[in-house]
Formats: sequence, structure tokens, C-alpha cells
Amino acid sequence: MYPTKYLKAASIDEAVKALGASDEAKVLAGGQTLLPTMKQHLAAPSDLVDIRAIDGMVGVSVDGNTLTIGAATTHAEVASSADVQKHSPALACLAAGIGDPAVRNAGTIGGSVANNDPAADYPAALLALGATVVTSKREIAADDFFDGLFATVLDEDEIITAVKFPKVEAAGYSKFPQPASLYALVGVFVAKTADGVRVTVTGAGEDGVFRSEALEAALAADFSEASAKGADVPAEGLMSDIHGAAGYRANLIRVMAARAVTSAA
Amino acid sequence: MTKVKMTVNGKAVSREVSDETLLSEFLRENLRLTGTHIGCDTSQCGACVVHVNGKAVKSCTTLAAATDGADVTTIEGLANGGLHPMQEAFNEHHGLQCGFCTPGMIMTGVDMVNRYKAEGRELTQEAIRHELEGNICRCTGYHNIVKAVEDAASKM
Amino acid sequence: MTTGIGARVKRKEDKRFITGKGKYTDDVRMENQAYAAFVRSPVAHANVKSIDKSAALAMEGVVDVLDGHQLTGDGIGNIICGWAVTSKDGTPMKMGAWSALATQKVRYVGDAVAVVIADTQQQARLAAEAVEVEYEELPVVAFADKALAEGAPQIHDEAEGNLIYDWDIGDAAKADAGLAAAKHITEMEITNNRLSPNPMEPRSAVATYDEAEEHYTLYTTSQNPHVARLVLSAFYNVAPEHKLRVIAPDVGGGFGAKIYIYPEEITCLWASMKTNRSVKWTADRSEAFITDAHGRDHISTAKMGFDENGKITGFKVDTIANLGAYMSLFSSSVPTYLYATLLSGQYDIQNLHANVRAVYTNTVPVDAYRGAGRPEACYLIERMMETAAREMGMKPAELRAKNFVKEFPHETPVIMTYDSGDFDANLAQAEAAADVAGFAKRKEEAAKRGKLRGLGYSCYIEACGIAPSAAVGGLGAGVGLWESAEVRVNPVGTIEILTGSHSHGQGHETTFAQIVAERFDLPIDNVSIVHGDTDKVQFGMGTYGSRSGAVGMSAIVKAMDKVEAKVRKIAAHQLEASEDDIVIEGGEVKVAGTDKALGWHEIGLAAYTAHNLPPDMEPGLKESAFYDPSNFTFPAGTYICEVEVDPETGVTEVVQFTASDDFGTIINPMIVEGQVHGGLAQGIGQAMLEQVIYDDDGQLITGSYMDYTMPRAADLPNFSVHHASTVCPGNPLGMKGCGEAGAIGSPPAVINAITDAIGNNDLAMPATPQNVWNALQAVSAAQAAE
Repeated sequence: MYPTKYLKAASIDEAVKALGASDEAKVLAGGQTLLPTMKQHLAAPSDLVDIRAIDGMVGVSVDGNTLTIGAATTHAEVASSADVQKHSPALACLAAGIGDPAVRNAGTIGGSVANNDPAADYPAALLALGATVVTSKREIAADDFFDGLFATVLDEDEIITAVKFPKVEAAGYSKFPQPASLYALVGVFVAKTADGVRVTVTGAGEDGVFRSEALEAALAADFSEASAKGADVPAEGLMSDIHGAAGYRANLIRVMAARAVTSAA
Repeated sequence: MTKVKMTVNGKAVSREVSDETLLSEFLRENLRLTGTHIGCDTSQCGACVVHVNGKAVKSCTTLAAATDGADVTTIEGLANGGLHPMQEAFNEHHGLQCGFCTPGMIMTGVDMVNRYKAEGRELTQEAIRHELEGNICRCTGYHNIVKAVEDAASKM
Repeated sequence: MTTGIGARVKRKEDKRFITGKGKYTDDVRMENQAYAAFVRSPVAHANVKSIDKSAALAMEGVVDVLDGHQLTGDGIGNIICGWAVTSKDGTPMKMGAWSALATQKVRYVGDAVAVVIADTQQQARLAAEAVEVEYEELPVVAFADKALAEGAPQIHDEAEGNLIYDWDIGDAAKADAGLAAAKHITEMEITNNRLSPNPMEPRSAVATYDEAEEHYTLYTTSQNPHVARLVLSAFYNVAPEHKLRVIAPDVGGGFGAKIYIYPEEITCLWASMKTNRSVKWTADRSEAFITDAHGRDHISTAKMGFDENGKITGFKVDTIANLGAYMSLFSSSVPTYLYATLLSGQYDIQNLHANVRAVYTNTVPVDAYRGAGRPEACYLIERMMETAAREMGMKPAELRAKNFVKEFPHETPVIMTYDSGDFDANLAQAEAAADVAGFAKRKEEAAKRGKLRGLGYSCYIEACGIAPSAAVGGLGAGVGLWESAEVRVNPVGTIEILTGSHSHGQGHETTFAQIVAERFDLPIDNVSIVHGDTDKVQFGMGTYGSRSGAVGMSAIVKAMDKVEAKVRKIAAHQLEASEDDIVIEGGEVKVAGTDKALGWHEIGLAAYTAHNLPPDMEPGLKESAFYDPSNFTFPAGTYICEVEVDPETGVTEVVQFTASDDFGTIINPMIVEGQVHGGLAQGIGQAMLEQVIYDDDGQLITGSYMDYTMPRAADLPNFSVHHASTVCPGNPLGMKGCGEAGAIGSPPAVINAITDAIGNNDLAMPATPQNVWNALQAVSAAQAAE
């Protein structure tokens, strides 16, 4: 790895200040993507600002219909949280399927959301559930948050502190893992919300996570497995790589959507 | 450079290391605990798995500095003298060949059994195979590793 | 508890591994140790115009930056290929020069041009990035068939049109005549996918130069440290053998990839002398993908003819083998003598011809990987047999059985003499264990769950126990392939076995001790195995080609014969009895029918005190032996794979995998089963998951575990492993070898099962979900068109 400076921030203010002090500083939230990238010399942050020790960054709470998950809460903690399981079982299920057990003990929701890897799971959940990203500066609706591959609307010195999820009528997530990396080759999140059915797709879009109009229309008309399978999901705009051509991914989107509908609770 | 203090296998240790030092490097190079292995650079093979504060993590994807103050257990400290039931089971069921992935497998196996027991869940063979998704073995075909973990679970 | 031949003895070596006390090369730390980092070509084919080291040399901790001109200037020799294959026109193979550090030209992504030696690994790696190399890029060819095309980029001046050799075996005229006479001909194009061996321990080297003694020590991840020393000394001119010690300590898997002596080991040794520092290099996984020799990578067309009864009348194969950018140590022999000589399979084929063209491409060198040539042969034959059975409307098992070799010895038209076997017995055992009779019912039940269930066979044979030295010498091998052993009985009666075999997962410390414990009826804990150090063991050819049992253990038996003869003489002398009346049992040497006996420790003591030995007997009790096999051995068996395919996604699950193997005598069934499990995992990995993929520019797409799919626990079933063995007549223990069978026999069984399930025979390895789904779409499209 390239040399770097490590700071265990004690407060949001300290973290924000440290981020602002250098163009090349990065937040360390779990490191499960950042550290491998640094090991391969594909990233060279001058500073790593560890936000995990900041008060209030870890934990799950429910207030009325709103589930709040601290940004530094690990995937394992989300998966095993009774509150998450009760409020958003699909979210618990999604978290339980990220990476592998050791990665889930280290990776965090805030890190995953801020990184916006096009094959990550959480972005699909946030977008489908209409979540709100809480930062050191503001609250951002998930609809406005993701901004293409590995990009979000976060400012350089802005830190995610929590993610808030509304309660929805029913939701389900189904992932088809890329065989080598086990990231999503296609992951589909379906949610029956107050504003209608929302269907999001991760792993497949050329521009990262997206809402599938075809599936939303089909499932709005008939929230069923058959309806998902019968949807006309276009291959345009989907990624093609050695693990899946766009056409195969389009098929998987339908099948995973159907399975997500079946599992929806 | 940062001064890193932690408890490793029950002993307090303290070393001055550069900030980018990974926990795996800290264990192998600074403490010379070479039972923790490095088999990949993308956090997939699991040969480096150790327990930090009782949880399995990939030490190659953890900064030593971030582990300051933590309680770390490596393969060398898994048993207090003698062998841990998981270690015994790997020998009993021929769950290792070249031995390189074995420390990570054993540490992952212990973590999985502990979690399932704590949650009152049944650790089936299918569950063991699923739980091993972050540990790669090239020698055994996993057949005997699965048997070893299953057997150890009944004895832990 | 018995610990002799056939006992499931728990491994003696396990304790250090399960407690984290194994000692692998990267665990070695020398005083004054520096680290090497290589400057590697980012492009697949280019002229090296210049190397500017100045920025790197100025960086903190950098000891030196060394390049290929310095290396060759110091007389370090080019890397060799140890097996000379002659083309059918009588010309020798066309080998291009390979320097450990390239001087004029780079030929694949990863080709090293310089090395940085620095105080820390981080400093070395950072400085390696600061070495500025100017490349003049050249056109690239990454695929074997394209390399032979007219106008393809020329990779080595020595090999016109990139053709290394054009070789054949068998009788083309007879094969043509056999095909002409056939009632049915099955014709296929078959690709054997390129793989990366991926032992979990990355390669590593720690080299130390002792200036006063002009002596080198190399710790390295080797399957054959003596071969490494021989080659480093005789060909690379690093140092004469008595000035070079090679130690292969605990080695974390090999699978072929750690046979070869790579540029990195050579460079570290040389650099240790240049810098007067111990030099360590350890690959990370990304580096392993671009430096460890790859395996397989064949493109073949084949025609097999059958008469009206399903008997094979002729078989013709044309293969192009990709050897990568340079010829690695055994690369030339893999697609020839380890491949085409096995194309007769388990079958009595009178008319057979195979032609093999080996080619250079701008890719990592290709050499032996678990099975080496034999998996490619087995895959080709067994896909042909299954396909032919389907085309002729016969049961796949029946077609095979009809053509089985049933009498031994059997000479094939491709120079092998099968010495023993009972192919019907393996087939019957596998079919019973797999409950083939119940398959139709299981298929029906699966269909109700929306799954497509399929069944596939593979009846494999391999040539192992490599190899009779004179025979392979006649075929071009540069070395003999015997093995050596030394049996040392210590004065207290304990025994050390020094062996030239190397254990890197195979459990030699246990199985080798078992045959000694059995022979002398001693506790197994009184026996220890010494291996992997050229200072301790006189010589050895190492471990590969499933040879450690059939060849390595045979050498131990020969040495034990000599020890026993001396023990009998000592006992007869001391006990005043005839040698013929001496029996060895219960840890004692006794006079049969009397109570006269000497403890084993008393024999040892007598030999070393030498107070009362027979006249003219030398003191001591230590014997060595070299064992040269008289023939290859021929492990064989039947594998049956049962799969379920999810038609919606193409995801295929191996629901049952049954193996019936004939390995001859089995020393430790637990360890043998473990070898089969591991081989099956690699074979199923090849069939369903693994593939090295290059793009047209010669860039490696599958350069990490993010894209190269390693088999994981959830990808594999529990295996059902059985044995129906015939004794190998060629060696004293009757052993055939078990290390590679699983990897050789399983890929065609898997693909035959999947193609059976989906009703489309056009499916290449690896049968990834996408590939299977595409094959299913083709079926649907064809049905729609009808």
C-alpha cells in the first residue's frame, strides 16, 4: 500500500475537519472495499478518517414507522438486529447476504452506500424503500443520492451518519451472485410502498443501481411472480462482461424479481 | 507511525507501526505470529481470518491502527494448551492437506459454531458450506472440512 | 490400532498446521533481509526501448535496481524446457530464448524486465512503480488458433509462424481407413479451457548468499527442490550444486505450478549475490495469476468411427496446444507424451492417430497442471463416447463397456502398455453406488420441482508413476524420472526416511511412515520422514504426476530390503541362528520357534557399537536406493455425475458425484479419499467455474478472485468415493497413484451430465450459469423454429 495517515475521529466535527484538510482524504467506514483497492495500488488516500468510534454511528433504532441505522453499523449487526428483522425483514435478509461472514463483521452500511459500487446490495434497498441518507450536513432522499458508478451527491467533506428507512407494506430482495466475487451480478429489490410498487436493480446497470420501469409497471398491475417473469425487461443499458451479457442479465432481472416477490414480506 | 496496543492471544502487545500496516502484517511481521496466512489480495480466500473482539474478520482487510485496544485471537492462541475441539476435528476428519488455508478455516469454523449456538440455530452441512463462502481451499474439496466443522460443533 | 498398509492413520503432520506452526517460505526471515519487487510489462508484446532506474534508485530504502542486461552479463543462463519434442518432419522443436529478466522484448503481460531490491516490501513495490520503462508496442496474439493464422504477429524469431512443433503419434493411414469403414462417425470440436492452478500459498523465495563460502541458500515453494538445484546450477549458472542449497519447507499446495523454476527464484538468488543481502520475494495473488504457469488450453477436432455393433473402428484427433509466450520446463511434453498417449482411453482402439501443434501466444507460459495432458485426453474421449452413444441411441455405459480393454497387458497404438485393470468392475461399482437404476425416478421428481436432472459418465485412465527413465529419455526427456530414498536406523532403533519425494499436502509424513512401520512392525511414532532439503536428502526428482507412491515409496521399499538383509545378518550372528530362521515382528528380531530375540533398539545399537558384528560387515545401519520404474502405472475408474439445472437461470448443482477408482494398493484410505475429493473439486471447477480469459490485447481479464472463480464449499457436493482395485504388477507395493485422478476423470462426467439435462450437446467448459442458460435458449429457439 501507499503510505497513508490514519485518524480515529472522536466526533463528526473532527472527522469533517480532517476530510476538509486534504483533497486526498477518505472516510474509513469498514474498509472492505477501500483496503483491497489500496492494496492493489488503485487508491492512494493521503489520510484515512475512521468514523467508527464516533458516538452514535453504530446502532439500530425504531421511531414510529422509521428505522434508523447508524452509518457504521456492520452488515452482521443489521442482519441480526431484531428491530431490522421486524421492521424490514428484506433489509435484514439483504445484509445477511453481503460478502461473507468475516466481511459482514467489518463492512458497514454507510461505507457501502457512500461507495455506491454498481454491484453492491444496499443501494438497491435504499432506492426501493425510499430511504433517506442522513449526513453531517443534510438529509438526502435516496432518489437523489446515487449518481452513477461509484458516485453519489456527497460533498468531499460530507459524512453519512445514518440511513433512515420508512416502513413499507412488503418488500423482498433476491440476488444472483457473480460466481467469482459473489457481488451481485443481478440483485432485485421489490417494495410495495405507500407510493406504489418500486423495483430496483443492482449489479446490472451501466450507470449503477436503477429503478426498473418495466417491472414496476408489471408488478403495480399484478404483484405476482408470474407478472415479474412476464415483464418485458430491456437489455439496453445493462452491463455486459465475462460473467453475464446484457441479455442474460435482463433475464436474471425478471427471475430475481419474481423470486423477490415470492419472498416479499 | 502510530503506536498500536492490543491484546493478542491474551498477552498485551504494543508496537510502533506505519499507519497503513494491516493487521495481518502486524501479526506476521511485527509479532511473528506466522500462522495467519495471506492467500489473496481481494479479501476472498480467508487464510488470514482471526478473531477481533470475538468476531471473525479478515486481518488482511483490517488496519492494525484501527484495531488499537482490541482483543485479538489468532490460530496460535485458539487453545489454552492442548487443542481446541475444532483443531482436533480437522485432524480427526482429515480436513486439511497442505495446511495453508487451515488456520483461516479453523478460525472461521469456531466463529460460525459460536454464532449458531448463540442464536440457537442448527448448523447443518448446507449451512456450513454457505458459511464457508469466504474461505477458499484448493486441496480438500471441502468434503472433510465440512465434516470436521460439523463434528466440532457437536463438541463445542 | 494398526498403522500399517490399509490403515486410516490420522496424519502425523497435522499438529503444526492446525496450531499455526507450519513453516512456509514466507514465514522464513533471514538477518539483513531485503525484498524484491519486479517491474513487469503492462503490455503483451513490445520492444523494450529503455529502462530508466534513476527515480527508483533515489527512493528511500532502495538497495539496487537490476535489469536483464546485468543478469545475462553475469552469465545467468536462459530458462530451459526440459523435454525435447521432435516434429513429424524430424526437425527439433523451435524454442525461443527466455531470460529471467527480459532484455530486448516482452512477450506477455507480467513479463519481468527489472527487479528492485529494497529494505522493505513496501519500499520495493513503490520503487518498482517508479522504474520507467519505454515500450514500443507490437501487435499481439493471445489465442492459439489465431497464432497459427497467416500474418499473425511473430512472437519469437526462432519459431516461424509461432509454431513450436507439429508432432504426431499413431498411424494416420490406419485411422483414416478405420473411419472410412465406419457405419457411424461422431465428429466434435472440443476446447479444453485454460486454467490457473492457484495453490493457496502464493509462490515465494528467500535467497541468501554467503560471500565467504561463495555459497547460496534458497528457501522456495517447490515440489522438487533437487530438480530446482540441478537446473539452477547446470543451466542457469547460479552456482555449482555443492555451493547451492535448496530448501522447500512446508509448501502450501502445488498442483504442478510449483514444479518449475521461475524467473523470480533465479533473480532472487542472483540478486542476493549482487546486493549481498538476503532477498525475499513473495507473490501476491494478482502476481500469481500473471506468473504461475497456466494449464490446459487446447483446441481440438476429433472424429471417431464405429461399426454396426458400436465397436470403435478408427479415431483421429487434431489438437492445437497453447504454450504461452515461453516454453516452461515440461510444457512440450504435456500436449504430446502426457496427452496423446492416453487417447486410447479405456478402449481397445486399433486405429488411432493424433496430431498436435504447439504454438506461442502472448500469454503466460502454459505447463503441467494437475493431470497435465491426461485431463485433456480424457475430456476429449469421454465427451466423444457419450456423444456417440447419444447419436447411436445406445446407453453410454453400454457403448463404453463394449469397447473396454479386457485383457492385460494391452498395447495401445499410442505407445502405452496398460498393465492391469478391471474397467467393468469400476463401471459396475460406480453404477451401483450412484443408483443409476433409480435415476429416471429422480429425474421425474426433479421435473416436478421445475429442475432439469441429468446423468453423465466418464471412464478415465491415466498414466502415472512417471516414469521409466530410459523410456522417457528415448522420447526426449532431459532427466531420469526415478526416485531415491535412504533408510536410517538410528542406534536407539528409531528410523528416519530421507526421500526425494516432496510433500505439499499429500501426507507423506504419515503414509511413508506407515509402510516402514508395517515392514518392521514398529510403532509409527518411531519413524520420521525427512524431505525437501538438498543438504539432507542426497537427490530426488520430487512430487508430481501421482508418482510419490508408485515411485517414491518403491524406492523406500528397496532401501528397506537392504536394511532388512543387514538386520537379518546381524541378528543371525548375535543370536547364533540361520538368517533363514530370522523373523521381524512386534518390534523385535527373533529366531522363529524360539524365545531368542533382539529388540529393534538392540539391533540398532549393535550396528553402531560394532562390537559384535559378522566378520567383514561395515558398522552402521543405513541404506539408500534409487528406484527406476519399469513402466508407467495406470490408475483408472468410472465417475458418474448427476446434476440439476435451474432452467430459469442456468444454475447447475452437482447433486451427486460418484467415483469408483482403481488405484492398486492403497496405503491410507483416508488420505487417498482426500486426494480424490480435492481432484474432483478441481475437475468440477474446470467444468463449471474456472477459466483464464484474455482479451485480444493479451490483457488478463481474470486476474484475481474477483473474476477467476475458485470452487467454494457451496459449489460442491459431498462426494461418494469407492475403490475397486487391481494390483499394479510393476512395483513392489502394487500402487498406481491417486493424486490426479479426480481432476482427470471428472470434467467430462460433469459436462455429459449437464448436456444430458438440458438436451443440448453444444456446451463448452466452464458450464457457467450464463453458458448453460445460453445453451438452453438455443434449445428453445430450435424448438420454436420447428
